[in-house]
Order: sequence, then structure tokens, then C-alpha cells
Amino acid sequence: MTEVAAPTSALPEPGGPDPAAPVRRRRALGDNTIVVTLLAFVAAMVVGAILIAFSDPATRSASAYFFSAPMDTLRAAASAIGRGYAALFEGAVFNPTTAARGTVAGIFGPISETLVSATPLILGGLSVGLAFRAGLFNIGGQGQIVAGATCAGYVGFAWHLPVVIHLVVAIVAGMVGGGLWGALAGWLKARTGAHEVITTIMLNYVAVNMLGFLLSVKGFQRPPYGQAISNVVDANARLPHLLGSSLRVNAGLFLALLAAYAIHWLLTRSVLGFEFRAVGANQNAARTAGMSVERSYTRVMLIAGVLSGLAGVTQILGTNSAITGDIDAGIGFDAITVALLGRANAGGTVLAGLLFGALRAGGVQMQSSTGTPIDVVSVVQALIVLFIAAPALVRFLFRLHGSGAGAGQGLAKGWNG
Amino acid sequence: MKLELRGITKRFGSFTANDAIDLVVEPGEIHALLGENGAGKSTLMNVLYGLYHPDGGEILIDDKVVSFAGPADAMAAGIGMVHQHFMLVPVFTVAENVELGHEQTKGFGILDAAKARREVTEVSARYGLSVPPDALIQDLPVGVQQRVEIVKALIRNAKVLILDEPTAVLTPQETDELMEVMRTLKASGTSIVFITHKLREVRAVADRITVIRRGKVVGEASPNSSSAELASLMVGRPVQLTIEKAAHEPGDVIAEVDNVRIVDDAGQVVVDDVSFDVHAGEIYALAGVQGNGQTELTEAIIGLRPLDGGRITLSGRDITDSDVHDILRADLGYVPEDRLHDGLIGSFTVAENLVLDRYDSAEFSKGPSLDVGRIAANARQRVEEFDVRTQSVDAPGSTLSGGNQQKLVLARELSRPLKLLIVAQPTRGVDVGSTEFIHRRIVAERDGGAAVVLVSTELDEVLGLADRIGVMYRGKIIGEVPAGTSAETIGLLMAGTVPDDLPARLRDPGATATGSRTTVRTEEPL
Repeated sequence: MTEVAAPTSALPEPGGPDPAAPVRRRRALGDNTIVVTLLAFVAAMVVGAILIAFSDPATRSASAYFFSAPMDTLRAAASAIGRGYAALFEGAVFNPTTAARGTVAGIFGPISETLVSATPLILGGLSVGLAFRAGLFNIGGQGQIVAGATCAGYVGFAWHLPVVIHLVVAIVAGMVGGGLWGALAGWLKARTGAHEVITTIMLNYVAVNMLGFLLSVKGFQRPPYGQAISNVVDANARLPHLLGSSLRVNAGLFLALLAAYAIHWLLTRSVLGFEFRAVGANQNAARTAGMSVERSYTRVMLIAGVLSGLAGVTQILGTNSAITGDIDAGIGFDAITVALLGRANAGGTVLAGLLFGALRAGGVQMQSSTGTPIDVVSVVQALIVLFIAAPALVRFLFRLHGSGAGAGQGLAKGWNG
Repeated sequence: MKLELRGITKRFGSFTANDAIDLVVEPGEIHALLGENGAGKSTLMNVLYGLYHPDGGEILIDDKVVSFAGPADAMAAGIGMVHQHFMLVPVFTVAENVELGHEQTKGFGILDAAKARREVTEVSARYGLSVPPDALIQDLPVGVQQRVEIVKALIRNAKVLILDEPTAVLTPQETDELMEVMRTLKASGTSIVFITHKLREVRAVADRITVIRRGKVVGEASPNSSSAELASLMVGRPVQLTIEKAAHEPGDVIAEVDNVRIVDDAGQVVVDDVSFDVHAGEIYALAGVQGNGQTELTEAIIGLRPLDGGRITLSGRDITDSDVHDILRADLGYVPEDRLHDGLIGSFTVAENLVLDRYDSAEFSKGPSLDVGRIAANARQRVEEFDVRTQSVDAPGSTLSGGNQQKLVLARELSRPLKLLIVAQPTRGVDVGSTEFIHRRIVAERDGGAAVVLVSTELDEVLGLADRIGVMYRGKIIGEVPAGTSAETIGLLMAGTVPDDLPARLRDPGATATGSRTTVRTEEPL
């Protein structure tokens, strides 16, 4: 079509006679990414509710005589769903029972857990999102987190430096570790054309197994050498608690928010970010304009690695105090969903990270107090992203009209290399 | 089959793309739909093809009102369409593509490949559209791909064939071939709606011409009308078709290309020992049919492509091994031939696209951060100066029409003082009004003292703009001629024939290329 550029503000999609006002309003809603995101969340929670009902033993036994007394089944299901989601809320936001004790831990405990879980997810999400914007798919969050945590942790327990200095040095060590691990994948792509999806996945294996080896080396491993766990990080190198020692929330949260602000600035206001975005959007035009596409690959993966490394730092210097084999806690992969949900921009990633952090924190509470398996939370997380990637499905479910393409479409460009 | 559109109206929001358009296509006629980019031609044809539903008016076939819910209905009614961008599967063969959606089976859903081949061969023979049925689409030149699209429509019994800007992607030879095909189709009774904004083509093949401007039919013209008449009807004001320029006064040599040889990724020699130089205040045209090494040569000059041999200097400085960034900083401006691919970033705003190669200069950045204020101010100024039609400087580049995108790229490259400007196919897919503007700016750049290399496959453009012309054929400059050389001579050179009456010293400027080479100046008589 040659006449795409009509001098109007918005070109609606073809089809139908002049739309009536309510349809137009629904179309506007259907194209609004925030609305679609919220509805995706609602739809995912509904599916989650069904799963909770199915996993509830009382509901299952009542369903055995569903046709003689259907209300029993429904009542049991409603109760299970109500208890499950109430526990999720109590674990993530506010728990009236513990709050009634009046202690700081009782009132702010759930929020603290949410923020603790959200911190590395935000950092990991920023890492994946930044790479997305430069057209790269960073699947290497796991390896970069492990590399960062290992370096930060080693500095934390093997060196003994004065207060403040020790923490700063350990953080920098984690950033360097993650950064180098990420830059390696970028450099391989720049120099040899090796696809970053393959190299980052392989580097995950290398990092995880190298850590496995280190955890059996004396000096790294904690005596009496029976378990795969490292020495304990010095108190000087720990990220300080924000709300007293009874709550786990720590200064890592500030690192994450600071990083989010830095990435926001990088992408919208900096020369380097302009280059990253240009390379991500149209490599040929970027090259023709004199940008070095190869150099961008190395640079963006360096920065992405630094961010993942920071996620590792908050894990080892904040949440845990010693390195174990599963120090990454699946964050490297959850970060991909966080970045997708946050649409690869800094603000969105922070919100997505908080949401997923809340689901993680709440899921633990849900499992322990109602017996609902925590896997339901993973399913809900996956469904949210699935619904967002397929906005047409959300619009169909909620009877909205719209024309926008899925969030994943623009972002998954990295697969094509 | 007679096709009639009555009072077709199509609105997009508050914008009326088609305003009560009437059009009658008689059986066996070539009906040209002439209009600038954005006039509403494609919208009208999409209405006809069932892709859009009109807000008013009706479509009649053989005087009976019909309505199309989608392209399938339109196809069933005998309307075929060849889109500007082909709808072909690159990894399928010609026969497979033609059969797609219309598969011949032996029963039980088993494809009958032999029957498919037979069908394709038969149709292509009947209409003189030679296509190789077993070749993969990705291996075929654009012109042949287009023929496959036409075969596809004909096999579905199209009686009215819509060709949407069919020549935009073709070389002059392929254009001539297409026109021949159009005449054959017409002779066999197929009507053709030929959408275009190229005046020469319209006058060559059309039986009737309907001119559309801003969504309205502004008149009918006969193919005997002059180009100037058609152009002013189309644009709505008198248009300068010939390019006005003063005699040029060449200064010092700015750029020198010395025995340059380029081998492509497949190992083919694509530029073979080419030498030429360009003076300040001169437009040097590299003419030739697409694919004779011009693209590779220009890419090599700006540093996108490594040389296999030879030397390139700019103002005496060797830039053979410099990278693109350094070369652009050495005051070289580059307008690439494929603006969407290389010239701009669709998702970037107009303002961002206007600083795409200067975002890191002191003018638009402060240390590590962009100077957003200056970038926006620059954009407002350039958009104004180059008459880039856009809703705002924050609109994505992809929302602009082809002509405006080209003006955008030109505005960026001309917004700094240049020693050398390289423009490749500056008016490809650009409407008449913008073409005029772009040509004037290129001449203005020359008059301002820059050396200009113009790469063009359009003979008219070369003849109108160039002060000196080098014709490329199979990777060599086979002849270098002054401005004022006849179109016939240049046409022969483009086809690879060196006319006997061409002075010997003009034939192969590369042969005498060691320092003492004489450069042909246009003021010297032949």
C-alpha cells in the first residue's frame, strides 16, 4: 500500500462501517496496553482460581457426588479459592493476624518479603529488557547471576576489609563478574557471529558447573566440608537491613531502583542508548549511519551482564549469606517474563518485578497455610505473560476491539539474530 | 467484463481517503489511475479488492451491483490484484506459489504437482509470461517475481487485473517487458487497472487515464496529453519537470576512486577496476541498469564494504580503510538507495531519524547524554525547511509516505556542510512533487560547491541532473560521457554496447589511469 501516511492522528484498522461510539470506546480500551495488561492479570487469576479448586482435597471429594449435591462442590471450591487468594494477599501485602501483634515484623513482614523477592527480579528484568532493546535475547541471566554472586560472595568471605569499603568492593566485584560473563556472549557474537541465545545458554551451564566445582574447593567451601555451601559472607560486606534485623528487606532494593533509573536514562537520554535502540530496531540503518553494530553487541551485553550480576549481588549480600548451588533461584529465567511483562522499559520492569515478587512471596504463604501448591503461582505468572503476548485473546475474552499486535512480537526480534 | 465504481467513499476516522469516486473500466482496456503518493489510489483498489469496506457507494460488475466481504469474493468475481509488495513464499517454487490457496489435488489431499506445473506452464505460454515453474522464488529477480504474481491472478481467471505501482521495483528493461505483457493481456481481453505516478509509463501503455488528487477524481486525460499537463493535473499546480540548472563550474578534485575492485560474499567480482573522480561543484552520475555494481561501489566509498583492491581518496585523504563513522565525519553525505532498509529507522521518531548519524556529535550531545532540546529544535527546523509532511516531529518515521521519508533522509544529510554527497536512486518511489523538490536540492548542493555522485537507473534523472556521466555495466565503467550526450548513446552503453562514434578516450577511462589521466570536462566539445 502506498498511501499509508494519512494526515490524520490515528489510522484505525480497516473493516466495518463508521464505528458506533461504544465500539470506538472499546477499541480504545483494547489498544491500551495498561488495560490489556490488567485484564491479562485478571484472566490469569481466574484460571489460577480454577486450579486452586482442583487442587483442594475437599472440593475433589465433594465432586464425587457432584450430581446429587452440586452446591457442596461449588461451596468447597469457593472456600478453597477464597482461602488460597486470601493467603496469597496476606503473604504478599498485609496479614491482619500478624499485624494485630503490633510488631514491625508483623505489620511489614509481607511487604518486606515481596520487596526482597522483587529486588533481583527487577535487576534481572532490566538486564533482559535492555538486551531486547538492542535486538539481543539474553537467556544468560542465570549464568550472569551465578558469576556475579560468586565474585561478590568470594570477596565477601575471603577478604576482610573495613565497613562500607568491604560492601562497595564486594558489589563492584559482583558487577564485574556478571558483566564479564555477559560481555563474553556479546563479544562472541560481535567477533564470530555466534548466536547469543546459544552462547548465553551454554555459558549458563559453564557458570553453574564452575560454581559446583568451587563449592568443593577448600577455602571456598565452608568447613567441615560436608555440604556444597560456601563460607559465610562477612558482616561488613552485607547489604544493610532497611527495617531492622527482623525483616529481610535490605539495601539491595535501592540498588535495583537506582539501576532502573540508570537504565531509563540510558535508553531515553543517552548517546549510548540511542545507539543500542538503533541497532535493535534497524541494524542496517544503524550501520549506514556509522554506528558500530558489533561494538554495541559487546557493550550492551556487558551492561546486561552487570545488571544480572547485581541481581546475584543482592542474592548473596542481601537475602542469603552463603553461596549455594541454587543461588540464582530461577531468577535468570523469571527475568525474561518480567522483561516481557514490563515491555522492556525500566518503569514497566519495576512494576512487573514487584508483581512477580508479590506472587512469589504470597505463594510461599499460600502453600504453607492452605496447602495450595506454590506451582499455581508459577502457572499464574506464565499465564499473565501468555495473555499479554496474545492480546487478541484477552480482547476476545473481555469483548474488546483493537488492533495492536502482541508485546512479544516486537521484543522477540532477537531470535532472528 | 465491465467494472464500474460509483461514488465510492472511504473514511479513516475524520480523514476521507476516497471521496465519491466514480470509475469505469471497460473490457480489454488499460486504465491508468494516476495520482501522487497518498492521493487515495491504493485505498480505492483495496476497496475494490474487498480488503476495505466502503463507507458509501457501490461496485458494479457487468452493470450488476456486487459486494465483497473479502478478497476471496473479489477473486471469485474475476478481480485479480498484484500488490506493490509481493505476496510470495520465498522458499517455495514458482508452481507452488501459484497453487497456494488453490491447490490441485489427486484426492485425499495429496498435491498434484505435475498438474500444477502443467497449469503454470500453460498460462505462462498463453500470455507470453515466461516463468520457470521449478525455480525457487528467492532465486528470481524482482521482475520475474512480479510475473509470477500476474500468473497467480490469471490462473484464478482474473478478468480485471489491478497492478499497484508495478514499476516501482523494476529496472527500465523489466518495465519495458512488463508493458509488453500488459499489451498481450489487453489483446486477450483482460482489463488492467494500472496504478502509478510515473507519467512516462502512463503515456506509453494506458488507453484511458483517471487522475486522483486528495481522494477525489480531478479529471480524465487521454494518453496523448503531455507529461506537463498530466503532472499539473496530478499535483494541482504547474510542475517543473525539466530540471533548471546553471552551467557548472567545476573546482578541485574532491573524490578520487582509483582502480577499485570489489568481490562480493559469493566470490563474484562485482566492481571491476573502476576509476573516476568528482570535482567540487559537479554532479557525476553513475548510470546503469540496477545490479551492475553501482550499489556495491557506493557502499565501498562510504566504508560499508571492504575493497579487494584500489584506493579511494576524499580531499586528498585516503579513506580506503576508514570506517563509516570517520568517513561521514569527513563531510561526506550519503542517501542510500533503499531508505527503509538503510536510510531510516521506522520505529524512531522523525526527530531521532534526523540525527541518526550525528547523535553523538557535539551539536546534539553533552558528554554521554543526548541534547533532547537541540534534537527537537533541529527537527522542527529541518521539517520546515524540507517540507517534510508529518503530524509532528515525534511521529515514527514509518508513518511518513515514501516521498516524505526520502525528504527526511535528504534533510538529514544536507543539514551539514558537505564536501561530497552520494545520492542513490533519490526519487525511487517518490511522487512528482517531491521529486521536483529533491532534484532542486541536489542541484543547490552542487551550486554550493559540493561534489555530488548521483547513482540512478532512471535515464531522465541522469540526463537532467548530471554534469558528467559514467555508465556502469557488469562492474565496469564502460563509458564516460559529458552532459548533453543523447539518451540513445547512454541507453546503448547501459545495455553494454559502446557506440562506434564515441571518442576513443572516453571509452575506458580506467585504461589510462596513472596520475596523468585526463578528466573529461563537459565544457570541452566532443
